[in-house]
Amino acid sequence: MPKEPIEKFSVPWLQILNEEGRPDPALYQPLEPKEIQFLYEAMTLSRVFDEKALILQREGRLGTYAPVRGQEATQIGSALAFGPTDWIFPAFREMGVAIVRGIPMRMLFQYWSGDERGNDLPTNRHYFPIAIPVATHIPHAVGAAWAAKYRKDPIVVGIYFGDGATSKGDFHEGMNMAGVFHLPVVLICQNNQWAISVPIRRQTAAQTLAQKALAYGFEGIRVDGNDILAVYRAAKDAIEKARSGGGPTLIECLTYRIGDHTTADDASRYRKEETLRAWIAKDPIERLRKFMEAQKFWTPEYGERVRAEAERRVEESVKEYESQPAPDPSDIFRYTYYDLTPPLREQMDGFLNYLKDRGDGKV
Amino acid sequence: MARLNIVQSVNMALRQEMSRNPDVVLLGEDIGRDGGVFRVTEGLIDAFGEDRVVDTPLSESGIVGMSIGMAAYGLIPVAEIQFMGFLYGAMEQLISHASRIRTRSRGRYHCPMVLRMPYGTGIHAPEHHSESTEAMLVHTPGLKVVVPSGPHDAKGLLIAAIRDPDPVVFLEPAKIYRAIKEEVPDENYAIPLGSAQCVRTGEDVTLIGWGAMLHPAIEAADRALAEGVSAEVIDLRTLSPMDSESILASVRKTGRIVVVHEAPRTAGLGGEIAALVAERALEFLKAPVRRVTGFDVPVPLPKMELDYLPNSDRIMHAIRQVMES
Repeated sequence: MPKEPIEKFSVPWLQILNEEGRPDPALYQPLEPKEIQFLYEAMTLSRVFDEKALILQREGRLGTYAPVRGQEATQIGSALAFGPTDWIFPAFREMGVAIVRGIPMRMLFQYWSGDERGNDLPTNRHYFPIAIPVATHIPHAVGAAWAAKYRKDPIVVGIYFGDGATSKGDFHEGMNMAGVFHLPVVLICQNNQWAISVPIRRQTAAQTLAQKALAYGFEGIRVDGNDILAVYRAAKDAIEKARSGGGPTLIECLTYRIGDHTTADDASRYRKEETLRAWIAKDPIERLRKFMEAQKFWTPEYGERVRAEAERRVEESVKEYESQPAPDPSDIFRYTYYDLTPPLREQMDGFLNYLKDRGDGKV
Repeated sequence: MARLNIVQSVNMALRQEMSRNPDVVLLGEDIGRDGGVFRVTEGLIDAFGEDRVVDTPLSESGIVGMSIGMAAYGLIPVAEIQFMGFLYGAMEQLISHASRIRTRSRGRYHCPMVLRMPYGTGIHAPEHHSESTEAMLVHTPGLKVVVPSGPHDAKGLLIAAIRDPDPVVFLEPAKIYRAIKEEVPDENYAIPLGSAQCVRTGEDVTLIGWGAMLHPAIEAADRALAEGVSAEVIDLRTLSPMDSESILASVRKTGRIVVVHEAPRTAGLGGEIAALVAERALEFLKAPVRRVTGFDVPVPLPKMELDYLPNSDRIMHAIRQVMES
């Protein structure tokens, strides 16, 4: 008997705006000009923030920083699709997501300057502190979704991670749990094609990352991550499905990390200049701008106004960030346990007495 | 009040806390229909349903990682790892996340989870089922580590662990799961974490032990008495945070100390206790500190496990040494 397939799968691809910014008439569901402008303005704000962070880092006014450039459509398009009570579990390069979730930019600067008070995020934003270890936050998000389902809270949990994360065990364990318990999660994989210096072809032999969802029993889709309309639509659909009990979705956003991995990295050691230039030409903000211009709701004056407003807001955040008072030395002891344990109290008192005896305020 | 073993008293603690608080949920491998491989969760799925007694995929990091998210959301997950030797795949979740989410969020998010697991050798189990690596957990700031030595304490300590706002690793001594029966009150009671208990008072030497190793220590104390040596025995009960004052008070009285643990010697808690005594009670010591511990080897397979495990003979040997100094 010949072998018969018992299951067949396919992975959809979604692109609404092509690289010239022209919409696919079969796929484009018209949005209000105001909605489109909001997407453009949010991407611009993220870009301006990013540029400022790199300048501050070079000037010694910020620590090591992981630039977002190139991934604005992926981040803003997906983040804006979630509701205010949905929970978001970011990795570490999601400053664009944080900004549209209403996390004060001052706190983002603070975090990247090495001040943990930048993670003291207002809980009403439902935006979990960033996760530096790769992929280990995926099970946390799945656990939160389990808890929400248990309590019958009608929320969806969004999880952000990169292509490198899909090689890790916790990606598998989290995806598997999400599938088995049929949880309301939307997994957003920003495939920027580089995990520091290792390209996507060294992370997986699979043709797409989206197809990995199929093995866990749920849908995966690959979208053009530089097309904000496609990202927004895919995220909206997945969120609605999750909220109505349809279970998880993996959205692979195909994009490109234009900058270095972090300011401590030099991508020219391992990447070709011409590939980079080709992806710079696919800039997600520029693609939306072309579309808006063709639709007559972008003018150079409008563009300048948006940029100036973004710069004003970012500069204001820098001022706020740089005027924060220094943290108190006792601060490092205070949160390890709910109440200071006797051994920790002894260590804190010893350290504070040492500082007092020195009398010069230095460590 | 009934005479119960540790399996039964832990089951009772889980049952009572689940009845008291709908936020308490259990998750782990084989804990539902099967009642756990040691039957600790037997009957709970019938009492509380599949929503609160959750059989998970075989996925240690997933179990601990999910528990962190559940706890951050506001539940109190009590997760089971089937044996301590299978915890290591989840160590990153414990060390990098469970223990530090409160610090990282400046107190915005908490992780009030309990991670239960059997530990220790002496049960003729296959490889990797006999680990006692509590020192790695104690060395992780932000975790609490609790080890009961009998049924009464197991119930009260587990109830305290479930109500504690910090992540607590609750190590259940597999060797004595069913070996000891004690009167366990029916009513709900909590034994505060961080307090050791003096289980035998004495004048000449202090024996420190916990979990399964408390019992050979008590046996050695009985044997020492026959040789005219009065040994005080302290059950540490909570390894982190450690009750330093109880240890120091006893050593200041007896002037001699023998620490017993089944974990490997180097960088085990015996070293920490010796350092504590050296820093704060050296002038009271009449003899060097002695440690009776497992060896710096992987835990042997069952045929040799009793060669590895400290017993009252080895503890007596150490007691004689400190008494001769």
